[in-house]
Amino acid sequence: MDFNLSREHLLIRKMMAQFTENEVKPIAAETDRTHEYPRETMEKLFDLGVLGINVPREYGGAGADALANAICIEELSKQCASTGDIVAAYALCADPIAAYGTEEQKRKYLPMLTTGHKMGAFALTEPNAGSDASKGQTEAKLEGDHYVLNGSKIFITNGYVAEVFVVFAMTDKSKGTKGISAFIVENTFPGFSVGKHEEKMGLHGSPTAEIVFQDCIVPKENLLGQEGKGFRIAMATLDGGRIGIAAQALGIAEGALQEAIQYTKSRIQFGKPISKFQNTQFTLADMELGCEAGRLLTYQAAVLKSQGRPFTKEAAMAKLFCSEHAMKTTTKALQLFGGYGYTNDYPIERMMRDAKITEIYEGTSEIQRVVISANMGL
Amino acid sequence: MKLFVTVKQVPDTSGKVSVKPDGTLDRASMQTVINPDDLNAVEAALQLKDACGCKVVAFTMGPPPAEGMLRELMAMGVDEGVLITAREFGGSDTYATSQILAAAIDTYGLEADDIVFSGRQAIDGDTAQVGPQIAEKLHLPQVSYVGAIEKNGDALTVRRLLEDGYMTVKVRTPCLLTCVKELNTPRYMNIREILCAYEKPLTVYDYDALKDHPLIDAETIGLKGSPTNIYKSFTPPPKGAGRILEGSDRSTTDELAGILAAKHLI
Repeated sequence: MDFNLSREHLLIRKMMAQFTENEVKPIAAETDRTHEYPRETMEKLFDLGVLGINVPREYGGAGADALANAICIEELSKQCASTGDIVAAYALCADPIAAYGTEEQKRKYLPMLTTGHKMGAFALTEPNAGSDASKGQTEAKLEGDHYVLNGSKIFITNGYVAEVFVVFAMTDKSKGTKGISAFIVENTFPGFSVGKHEEKMGLHGSPTAEIVFQDCIVPKENLLGQEGKGFRIAMATLDGGRIGIAAQALGIAEGALQEAIQYTKSRIQFGKPISKFQNTQFTLADMELGCEAGRLLTYQAAVLKSQGRPFTKEAAMAKLFCSEHAMKTTTKALQLFGGYGYTNDYPIERMMRDAKITEIYEGTSEIQRVVISANMGL
Repeated sequence: MKLFVTVKQVPDTSGKVSVKPDGTLDRASMQTVINPDDLNAVEAALQLKDACGCKVVAFTMGPPPAEGMLRELMAMGVDEGVLITAREFGGSDTYATSQILAAAIDTYGLEADDIVFSGRQAIDGDTAQVGPQIAEKLHLPQVSYVGAIEKNGDALTVRRLLEDGYMTVKVRTPCLLTCVKELNTPRYMNIREILCAYEKPLTVYDYDALKDHPLIDAETIGLKGSPTNIYKSFTPPPKGAGRILEGSDRSTTDELAGILAAKHLI
């Protein structure tokens, strides 16, 4: 059993660490304060092949594996979870098109999403269909050579910057999840509009919005996969997406741990750095332990995915563990910072606000426990 | 047209610096980075490659792990690496190093339209000698402190940055340019190039590969043959606190002038 990263993965980590230090860290606090989408950073990530990292080379991507993607999201999220989130959500659009698209769909949309620098998004959640996706109200009716979509989606990451969406809608409501179909929708299609921009507790740089379909015309050839197979596509996409969120949460925890180490070594109380007190050391030890465990779980899930082996349970475990560890670590790190941690002079309060969502989106912690237990032969 | 770049691994000055008993740096115990000015040289070559589609070859002399640095350069877009590694070459000073690098470049094959890019200087020795010495040994025209490059046919118009201004120089290829940080911003490695970095060609020149080259004088290479020897390396003691004279009267300025005169500063 080899726990070493390959030479290529080590180079990817080194490159991403340099990029994050030089390009992401300096604007992370400002991005949080202004709620501005870090467009320039995304342009650079397209150029570097990070956006599109898993898309095959013949369609303009880098052709790297799931572990490479996880490493990129982890490194970015050490300094800015919003940036990591945008990259993770992008993959939820590019990956299902690469996996389930027809040759024509792949030739048309993947180059747009890679060399064309167009952002992607994934639209499944609805006001009354969160964890229970079978209750979706968005409908798609086939009328001649096109589908007509009606309904709305909420909490869509990249919602108001994306130009290509993978959208899930009911083609046969009577069949529950077996009546869900997936579509590739462009933001220029007639009847497509962006609704409310969400104001969130954290991830301020990540653009979240409502998407509205009002008699939205989607060409028939934009059906992704077959009619009725949308739920399977969504679940498989989210399995992979959970590795991304695990990596994001891991990055947040690692970033908070680094900040805590640096701060506690320099903060003098009672005549010595607070890092010399056993309470601090035990707290930091627990954080380190969780990061190491989370890294092993996340990388394991990514490697299984790359090998084409089942990884649903492992991705759920990685996502569950890392998101809960990110929340614990940022909370404890803020405690070590004391009053300073509660101010926005330090990044800890931002990291804590950003961490919370990782326990909720792409399947809540409770849903992860459902997925894990469903794979235990109970 | 081929573009050659000479690069060096140097100690990462953000980490610990240690010195061996013979006064040379204990490189094995230190983290290394690519010499910063050399990255500007690499970027200059890659920009020319982007414009002309030519091949970029990076040369370095160092222990076998220096391959890692060459692979990083390949992950930025460099096409080939040449690693010059031999115990006989270890501890070479600038004179010895430039012989070896010049011999390696000549062995690889230098043609009429080729350009050699070097960094201005390395942050460990700070001599700025190796680039110019390579040019002398290969009988190439050289321009140092290059801050801008424009290629027109077989000639280059380059801007030399000097302390008190700049100089515009026209130079024909083949030539050698030493590059400064103002020239460009080095690019990052990118995912596509990283994934093929370890598949790109790497040539290793050992002692036998270069020892019979006319530029190599066995008497003047390596630690023993190098004309310069390091007498002592040490970390200088930190400078003490400065002294501030306060007051705007004549006696204060007289006192200041007296102190400066005593130090032979005025």
